[in-house]
Amino acid sequence: MKRAGFDSRWLPVFLLMPQLAIILVFFYWPAWQALQSSFYLEDPFGFGSTFVGFENYLRLFRSSEYLRTAGFTVVFTVLVTFFALSIALLLAVKADKVLHGARTYRTLLMWVYAVAPPVAGFITLIVFNQRWGPLTEFFALFGWDFRVRLDYTDTAIAMVIASVWKQIPVNFIFFLSGLQSIPRAVREAALIDNRSASARFWTVTFPLLAPTGFFLLIINTTYALFDTFGLIDTILRNNPGDNPITLVYKVYVDGFRGQDIGGSSAQSVVLMVLVLALTIFQFRMVDRRIHYT
Amino acid sequence: MADITHTAPTEDRQARRINWGAVSDHAVLIAGALFMMAPLVMLIQMSTIPDAEIMQTGPSLEIGNQFWPNVKKALLGAMSFSGEDTGLSMFRSSMILGLGFAVGKIVISMLAAYAIVYFRLRFATFAFWLIFTTLLLPLEVRIVPSYEVTQKLGLLNTYGGLIIPLIASATATFFFRQFFLSVPDELVEAARIDGAGPVKFFIDILVPLSQTMIAAIFIIMFVFGWNQYLWPTMITTDESKYTLVQGIKQITQSLEGTHIPEFGRSNLLAVLAVLPPVAVVIFFQRWFVKGLTESDK
Repeated sequence: MKRAGFDSRWLPVFLLMPQLAIILVFFYWPAWQALQSSFYLEDPFGFGSTFVGFENYLRLFRSSEYLRTAGFTVVFTVLVTFFALSIALLLAVKADKVLHGARTYRTLLMWVYAVAPPVAGFITLIVFNQRWGPLTEFFALFGWDFRVRLDYTDTAIAMVIASVWKQIPVNFIFFLSGLQSIPRAVREAALIDNRSASARFWTVTFPLLAPTGFFLLIINTTYALFDTFGLIDTILRNNPGDNPITLVYKVYVDGFRGQDIGGSSAQSVVLMVLVLALTIFQFRMVDRRIHYT
Repeated sequence: MADITHTAPTEDRQARRINWGAVSDHAVLIAGALFMMAPLVMLIQMSTIPDAEIMQTGPSLEIGNQFWPNVKKALLGAMSFSGEDTGLSMFRSSMILGLGFAVGKIVISMLAAYAIVYFRLRFATFAFWLIFTTLLLPLEVRIVPSYEVTQKLGLLNTYGGLIIPLIASATATFFFRQFFLSVPDELVEAARIDGAGPVKFFIDILVPLSQTMIAAIFIIMFVFGWNQYLWPTMITTDESKYTLVQGIKQITQSLEGTHIPEFGRSNLLAVLAVLPPVAVVIFFQRWFVKGLTESDK
């Protein structure tokens, strides 16, 4: 709050009202419902529900299918985050260095930010078309018969490639602005001290980018967990079958298709706890970031 | 060959080394740009070739003459039997969603941030926490109960039900709060001495001061709203209200089946679905980058 504020009794209440009303109705009410129904078992035919305590949660952690989905989600998140961050960092370092065409490169490398995830999924289906997809043909050069939606691993790889493609721009923008905020004096001092460009990168630039990197780590993790839904759903075309799915996708499938409201709610709550942990971790990193800059 | 003998060998080697460094930088960037651009070029190339041919051969480097007929089909033709989800009608719904979301979000969160920063409120801390807890849980996590609440309120198949629940998070409020806190206190003091009330101060001083911030947030929110997928898929079942991004699912499903898949039209609909947000991001690049990197999400 400001030192010099206004004194008014009703105006601030009136100003806050729209935001608070929307949040209460569309955030706290649903969140509370998820928490509540995660302790109930709902009758599939709509004849009421019974309190079952932690049974929904226990059922979740005993289900091999759920654990498999969780395992895939972890692998998927790690791969997407790693490749999206490292490719973007490489491109940002180069884009920061070149003298000619810097603006054009920047535009060409960042426009994909605005592409909706389902469109990325649609493109994936075309480039991995069984008959003539360019990437199918590329993998065929190595004798790899690539089958998206038919083979578990191949589908997973296609999902990772598409998700990385979609996420590079955000990381690129943040890394580039991080690089550009490194003071000129620091760069010049490093240039005098060390002639090797790669040594300069690892001992000076990389540590200075670490705060940006930590922040992006969280952003990429949430992206891989939640924002890839549309991409995955488009690739699977409504029919997961034996293909890999992420935890968020499972919440949706079990809640809407399977009509397992209790189990789906329990999954929601597990994800809520996960996001909560990530956010706490993020706040700690932000604290650290202040010391860096 | 004659030139080489004229220059000293050491100098020559140095000149060449610097050159190679720049060449490799450009090579990496060109490879990156190709990786990002190729899918878009491919979608458009495919739309210029007759569908029957594409079905056999796939994308190539050839440019055909089917582009404009396919554009017409994409804009005016419908995906489903009802005939209500044409490219144009989906474009309209997407616009309503993108603009409605961005405007709604900015108005609501600016008002809330103003109340939190500039007023002495007894329950200010409580309201602050109530609002900022929403940063923790994305809509995807509480999707099923959110749907049930929207259904109970009778908001299915309405633009209100589509837009309002998406606004229920504090990203923009948080951002405006940070910005308002950075505005010097002297401005309020001066305004008060000059006799300006809270409403006048907000409209005549704070809003004009925030212009750049509003533009930056607007771009990010428009892209976010336009690109929504899961929520529209659940809330809107009325085909005349389908958005483009939501329609992608129908588009993909139409590529399956025994008849000749309409690649030309489908690809152009996908291009149409990315065109407005991409245009906004490219044309307002400076504001967009500023908004993205300074809001820290």
